[in-house]
Formats: sequence, structure tokens, C-alpha cells
Amino acid sequence: MADLLNALAVAGKSALGFQAIFFALLAIGINVQFGYAGLLNFGQIAFAMLGGFGIAISVSKWGLPFWVGVLVGLAAAVVLALLLGLPTLRLRADYLAIATIATAEGLRLLFRSVSATPVTNGTRGLSAFNTDFIALAPWNTSQRYSILGTSWSGGELWVALVGWILVILGSLLVFALMRSPWGRVLKSIREDEDAVRALGKNVYVYKMQALVLGGIFGALGGMVYAVGTGSAVPDQYQNANTFLAYAALILGGAARVLGPVIGSMILLFILQFADTGLRLLISNGIIPEDLLSSTDVAQIRFVLVGLGLMLLLIFRPQGIFGDRREVMLDAR
Amino acid sequence: MPADLPPHGATASGAGTTGAAPQRLAQAALRDLPWEVGVPKPDAAVVVDGVTRTFGGLTAVSVDHLEIQRGGITGLIGPNGAGKTTLFNLLTGFDQPDTGTWSFNGQSLGKMSPHQVARLGVVRTFQLTKALSRLTVLQNMLLGAQGQRGESFFRALVPGTWRAQEKANTEKAMDLLQRFKLDAKKDDFAGILSGGQRKLLEMARALMSDPQVVMLDEPMAGVNPALTQSLLGHVKDLREEGMTVIFVEHDMDVVRDISDWVVVMSAGKIIAEGPPESISQNQAVVDAYLGAHHDAPLTVEDEDRVLAEVEAEIAREEHRDTPGSADSSKGTGR
Repeated sequence: MADLLNALAVAGKSALGFQAIFFALLAIGINVQFGYAGLLNFGQIAFAMLGGFGIAISVSKWGLPFWVGVLVGLAAAVVLALLLGLPTLRLRADYLAIATIATAEGLRLLFRSVSATPVTNGTRGLSAFNTDFIALAPWNTSQRYSILGTSWSGGELWVALVGWILVILGSLLVFALMRSPWGRVLKSIREDEDAVRALGKNVYVYKMQALVLGGIFGALGGMVYAVGTGSAVPDQYQNANTFLAYAALILGGAARVLGPVIGSMILLFILQFADTGLRLLISNGIIPEDLLSSTDVAQIRFVLVGLGLMLLLIFRPQGIFGDRREVMLDAR
Repeated sequence: MPADLPPHGATASGAGTTGAAPQRLAQAALRDLPWEVGVPKPDAAVVVDGVTRTFGGLTAVSVDHLEIQRGGITGLIGPNGAGKTTLFNLLTGFDQPDTGTWSFNGQSLGKMSPHQVARLGVVRTFQLTKALSRLTVLQNMLLGAQGQRGESFFRALVPGTWRAQEKANTEKAMDLLQRFKLDAKKDDFAGILSGGQRKLLEMARALMSDPQVVMLDEPMAGVNPALTQSLLGHVKDLREEGMTVIFVEHDMDVVRDISDWVVVMSAGKIIAEGPPESISQNQAVVDAYLGAHHDAPLTVEDEDRVLAEVEAEIAREEHRDTPGSADSSKGTGR
């Protein structure tokens, strides 16, 4: 029983930690692009990588202050969004998907390549760029604190606090935008671009604004991740993270303000709980070692998440917050 | 703006009398015109000149000259594949022609994108209705309003800048929905409306933008007869409010009933123009719809005579190998 409680506590920590924030911010960005505007951005992780490396390179390589690094990361994300949007947003939706997925993989390979080593440190990546930020914490960051049965370092707590504030501010921004006429145009573009054009709206500009805004959220997510881990390594930014963020968004409910946030927390909770729980069952001998060894657990937990998503799509296709009537309209 | 007012408060009626007066104006202005293709109209809102559009080897549209009378209902008819919808697409910027110029109120619309055309006051509806399914009926309507301050990204974040305008737009939208008998459905998703209701919604949404020219692509297609009557009434109301209406339709009864002027297209060209009563007697139109020889069945004697004529001509051609003679076209008619 105590073991189970412990597994729950560990999973709870994971659902509140910086990784959950990372996915939440990525998914908020995808929600703006895919949930509201209908844009298929399959390379959200590229924006995150630019955000993370924006800080890392500025601070570690160029010796700039931390906050300038934040601005560099955001600016890089905006530029990437413009570069991706300019040629593709006048075309059919699939072209943006192709361009973004290729860019995400291409940028990661570029950042880890030998020729980029002088700037990005290649596969080893950069570290020691977050001291300015951690130093801002109002409490002692070298001490460990016990919260809800798990132990957090002061630095972890500070990153999580600032991260969740970012998530809340981001959600408020999305909430304010989506109840305004601007959000109405965006949702209409998702439904039918041509109808919106025929009513005198410049669809291209709205799509570009959505792409840039979503990219900025992606960059913020990457920054939280880089600051949370204390290092920026290109291979941390695998494009699988984009699809986990999509999973979180669909889990929580697309086109809902809180969908991506709650979705990421649940995703991280399930991943961690499955991990700890399965290891526990194996060590107790409840699951025989022949059937499942503890080395398989890391993979099996993703299988469980996949199964969970399938069940969700069958029994609750709208996600946790979605409106079933709304989702079912397309089935007509 | 005009849409706020009851139908007969329209700008087009100089006398400002009963609702029937404006219709007389448009019809009267067109009464004395010759029934010719490309005839100049007394007060043209839309002028098309030499517009062609080809898709590979197929010439979809090839219009030499066309003028659309302001304040009237112009029906655009023609067999399937005549290029009516393509012409609509060209006029509203959804497609760009290979050659030609076209203008609205004297302003050229060439190289304009659809939203720019719409902002000038030329709105269209689509053959396949484009209701925005996952928005409510009221949100659909509000989207149609022009010049909304809250549609700019940064002003959207400050509700104070757009709340008053939004309220005014909502009132206007509710008035229109009431007119189109959709007000009870304002909070339903547009996706659950019936086909006919979607047509009504699309027309009402177009009116939210206070257009000057309304282009309706098959407004009656797939609508039950009872609803057709109400749609017809709404189209007539547009004219009474002083709008110029261009519509594509296949139902000749509808066309005869409401149009002031009818333009007939076939194989990309305009083959006839005139008031609706002139069209059914026009030989070119009848030929386009039914084929050239539909009313003259060949008798055996006729067939023999045609055959003999052709044989005689072939014989003549074979005898005369040297070119230069000009009478070879003689006698080949029906």
C-alpha cells in the first residue's frame, strides 16, 4: 500500500514538473495552430529547440545575459515561423505539414552536426546557462524540499513555479483571443478558408499570425525544458516530442483552452505511474520476470499510453474537455 | 446602412413609394435595349471585357463583353459545363483569367485577391454551401460583418475596443436571422442545419457585409419547393434594397420569375442576352440546350436530298483539282 502511494506521489511530481510544462506549452501552441486554425504543424519541436538553444548559445557561447537569450530564442522562433509560413500557407494544408516535419528533423541534425560544433557543441550540447535564472529564486535552491511525499530541489521548484505561471498566462492569452472576433476568424478558417475569403478576410495573414503565436509557445516550452534540465543537447529535441504533445492535446480536448494543459499533466502522470507501478509489480514478483523484465518497462509504458489513447478515441473522441456534439458534426 | 432598414427604405428607389417601384426601374431601363450579346447597359455596375480562362486545352470561359445593370437581378443560365461558375470565380478573385479586364464601379478587379474583392462590396455564395459547421449560426453571421476592430490581433486583446461594435453587429445579425427565420437556431451549430437552412444562412451571412453586388451560385439547388419560394422572396428583397444581384440557376421558372435580364452561356461563350421572355424563343439558346436539329426530324426524302447534295459536292471537288473557285460552300446547308 505504501508502495502504491509512493508510485502515485512520484507520478504526481512528474505531472507537475518541468516536463509536463514543456509538453503543456508545446501543446498550447499546437492548439492555437491545429485546434483553432486547422494548421498542421508537425515540427513544433523545432520551435522548442530554437527556444532552448537561443538561451544556451546566447549565454554560454556569446556571454550575453539570460534575458537577452530569452529574446534571442523568441526571435528565432518567429523567424522560423515566417520562413515556414511564407511559401506554404497559400497552398493546401498538407504542405505546411511536410515543411514543418522536414524542418524539425533537419534542424536537429544541423545542430548536432560537426560543422555546427563551434556554436552548439555538437552532440554533447551546451550547459551551465541557467545560473542567472536559478539565482532569482526567492528561496534556497541548494536545499531539498518535501512536497506531497516527494522531494524537490529548490531549483526544480523555481523552474516549475515560473513554468506554471507561463502556462497560466499563455492559457489566459488563448482564452482572451479565442473569445474575440480574431478567434472567430481563426475558427472559421479551420472550417472553410474559401468562405472566409469570400467575406473579406485576409486568410493568409490570420494563418501566419496563428503560426507565429504557436511557434512562440513552442519556444517558451523549449526554454523551460532547457532551463529545467540545465543543458541543451540537440538529441533531446526528437520530433517524437511533437507527437506526444499532439497526444496530450487530443487527450485533453483540442480547441479547448485547458485541453492541452490538463492533457499534458495526465500524459506525464500516466507515463510515470506506469513506469513506477510496473517496476514495483516486477520487483514484488507479481509480474513474473520471464514475462516482463524491468528493462522493458520504459517501452511498455508508451504502449499503455497508446492503448489508452485508442480507448479514448473510441469512447470519448472529444477528449476530456471537448464537446461531443461538436466532434460528431464531421461524421455526418 | 441599408440592411438595417425595412426593404422599401432602399436607396435605389428615387420615388420612395411602394416596394414594386424599384423593380420597375431596373426593368424599365433595360426594356428598350436590343437583345444582343454584349449590349451596353444604361447603368452598368460590373463590366467584363475579353476575359478568357483555359484549363489546358479546354476554354472554360471566353467572354468578349458583358455588362451587368446596377440594381437589377441578372440571371446567368446555361447547360452544365458552360463556364458559369468559372466566370463567378474569375469575377470574385477566386481564379485568375488568362486575358481580359473586368471592373466594378469603374474600378478594375484584375489581380485582386478574393478578400479584396469582397471588401469592395462584391460578395458571393457557393454552389456547395459553405456553412462553417462547428461555429454557431450567430457566429457564422458575425463573421460576415466588415471592418471589425476586434479582428486585429492586438486589439482583440482589449475587449473595450470592440465590444460596442460587436453588440451592434449582433443586433444586426439577429435582425437578419429573423428575416430569414433562423433566429430560433442562433445558438445551434451550423453543421446541424438542413441543406436549405444552410443556403439561407449563407445568404444572410453575405448580407452582413452590406454588399453592393451579391453573386449567388445556384441558390435554389437542393432546396425543397416551399423553401424555394421564401428564398425567391429574399432575392427580390435584395433588389428592392438597391443591390445588384447576379445568380446562376437551372430552374427556368425561377429565372423567368425574378430576373430583369438573362445572360445565357454555352461552352464558355455568351450566346444570348435579353429579358427573360426573349430567351425561350431565342434560337441559339434552344440549340445550346437541345441540339441544333431537335425540332426538324429528318424524313427519308430529306435524308436522300442531303445525301445527294453531299455526293454532288464531292463529285465537284474531285473534278476540279485546281483551287481558286469560291462556290464550294454553296448547298451544304441543311
